[in-house]
Amino acid sequence: MKMKIWSLAIIMLAGLSSMTMAQLKLNGAGATFPYVIYSKWFDVYHQKTGIEFNYQSIGSGGGIKQVIEGTVDFGASDAPMTEEQMQQVKQKRGTEILHIPTVMGAVVITYNLPSVGKGLKLTPEVLSDIYMGKITKWNDSKITSMNQGKKFPDEAIFVTHRSDGSGTTNIFTGYLSKVSDSWKSKVGQGTSVDWPVGLGGKGNEGVAGLVKQTEGSIGYVELAYAEQNKLPYSSLKNKAGNFVMPTFDAVSAAAAGFINNMPADLRVEITDADGKDSWPISGFTWLLIYKDVKNKEKAKAMVNFLKWAVTDGEKYAKDLYYAPLPQEVVKLDLKKIDEISTK
Amino acid sequence: MPFSKKDHRNEKLQQVDGSKGSSPAFPFFRTGASGKNIGDLIFENITRFFAFILLSLVLIMLFEMLRKSIPSIDKFGWGFITSQEWDPVHDNFGALPFIFGTLYSSLIALIIALPLSVGIAIFLSEFAPKWLEQPMSLLVELLAAIPSIVYGLFGIFVMTPWLRKVVEPFLGDHLGFIFLFKGPPYGLGMLAAALILTIMILPIITSISRDIMKSIPETQREAAFALGATKWEVVKVVLTGAKSGILGATLLGLGRAVGETMAVTMVIGNRPDISFSLFDPGHTMASVLANEFTEATSDLYVSSLIEIALLLFVMTMILNAIARLIVWSVTKKYNRAEL
Repeated sequence: MKMKIWSLAIIMLAGLSSMTMAQLKLNGAGATFPYVIYSKWFDVYHQKTGIEFNYQSIGSGGGIKQVIEGTVDFGASDAPMTEEQMQQVKQKRGTEILHIPTVMGAVVITYNLPSVGKGLKLTPEVLSDIYMGKITKWNDSKITSMNQGKKFPDEAIFVTHRSDGSGTTNIFTGYLSKVSDSWKSKVGQGTSVDWPVGLGGKGNEGVAGLVKQTEGSIGYVELAYAEQNKLPYSSLKNKAGNFVMPTFDAVSAAAAGFINNMPADLRVEITDADGKDSWPISGFTWLLIYKDVKNKEKAKAMVNFLKWAVTDGEKYAKDLYYAPLPQEVVKLDLKKIDEISTK
Repeated sequence: MPFSKKDHRNEKLQQVDGSKGSSPAFPFFRTGASGKNIGDLIFENITRFFAFILLSLVLIMLFEMLRKSIPSIDKFGWGFITSQEWDPVHDNFGALPFIFGTLYSSLIALIIALPLSVGIAIFLSEFAPKWLEQPMSLLVELLAAIPSIVYGLFGIFVMTPWLRKVVEPFLGDHLGFIFLFKGPPYGLGMLAAALILTIMILPIITSISRDIMKSIPETQREAAFALGATKWEVVKVVLTGAKSGILGATLLGLGRAVGETMAVTMVIGNRPDISFSLFDPGHTMASVLANEFTEATSDLYVSSLIEIALLLFVMTMILNAIARLIVWSVTKKYNRAEL
């Protein structure tokens, strides 16, 4: 009996000591959009290596702020940091910030038109005119002319958007700014903007709720959300002139279509991308990593994790409704990760 | 060992005793005639400390909000309160639509809630038999305990479709000539927000009004009956006495309505426009904070949001202070009268 207790105690002690050995913990904060896949990655990686991650999904803006203040080991954001923010990090933390694209998201246009059903087609011009308040009726000739054979009601278009600040809005308004000069000068791009028309719903669920309940409505939500909730969505004319549906492959194609214009720091918005299959309202989400930190053990762990995430980790993406990175971008990522100083 | 410790303490006490000469036991710890001993003194100071923690918390919050809103105060000055512009992209901020939305939605909620609440309170305090009064009062107070997100979900899934399909078209068809009922029926908007707020402030106004009415001495009712008053006239007597108390309860309800966030955000439509039509969407100070704070990027943006928080904080503080003062003064008056 006594022997048993002793051996148990020893085993427990050994267990404890091995736990303390591997108790490397990396703290991060930022975007809510990639939270699901990040938790999956952190969980799987923890089981593989024992390295612990603590990620708080407080929003992209909050993530960037924490990176500037240096209260976290890494940040995450759906929008690349601005020049000004990069400068602040350099001043306050004495090191550069690297942007590592991890997965991709997309924004889709959902609508509620029982007489039309599935298969609404939109062009960038029409979409921006609807959100500018220039096209107000569904039977406007600009809409009916490209949707031959569909019956449109003589009803006002009920425009909805996100009321909360979000990366989704940032991608959507970024796209509209690229395709419409008047949008760019009058409204612009941001996580929240001064909307010319429409009602705001809080979160994807708020917008989806508004659209579901209201006939004649239009709104934008994350692709992942639309897929999970089986919302109808429109096809959109891309830069190459093709009408494409938002699929994960079309989103990955957008990144591939941008590969030639990819800047060295990978801070790029890939809306309105080249390529015949590209879904035009797509975007990366990034992990924000310090290039040079004092704690080299943490830096090494980070490098190993990132390499695993953008290669093996990508296979979890589709199941969790994210578009995986195309091979071309993974290559750029791996090169970028090697810039992190581990010595 | 324990004994020696005890002896030691006795010795100490004797010393203290001795130092103050021949006055009664432990004069050192006594504070004059009030007769406090050391234990009481410590206890008093600990509780005082707790009370000051609360006070300093409020002051720290006020100070921090003031400090963080300096960039926006510097940039916009008083124009912040009068400007209608809210454009995060071009760093142009004005709070008027939010202040308007907060006050307008709360005011309409009060206009609907006040007669309802007073009616319920009169029934509970003057007419209801005991077996009904207790459970009904409990039910009213239970309404106050429901989390506001639940009201919000009820609002968005049950109330707004009903408003859009039934109530608003009806009002628009029959009363559309009044400025209150103009515009297309979205369902979401001022009316939805005001109705949700009505449900939320009903319990506060009702339960305080009932308490105030109950605190009116029975002798007054008896006197009125003795003069040959009908039940309705007695209720009028009670209402006259409870008038300022009900006003206080109303202000407390207003305080709650002004600060309400989640439920309102979900149904008000979140559009920073100023319109008196109940069908139009609006925005409130609390909802803009809930909506935009997490993703506010520029410093001026954050600072402007904090200034809105500061305005909201000051507004609710003032409202609540006035309300409390009124309620206290009334209950005090009658408690004294009863003696």
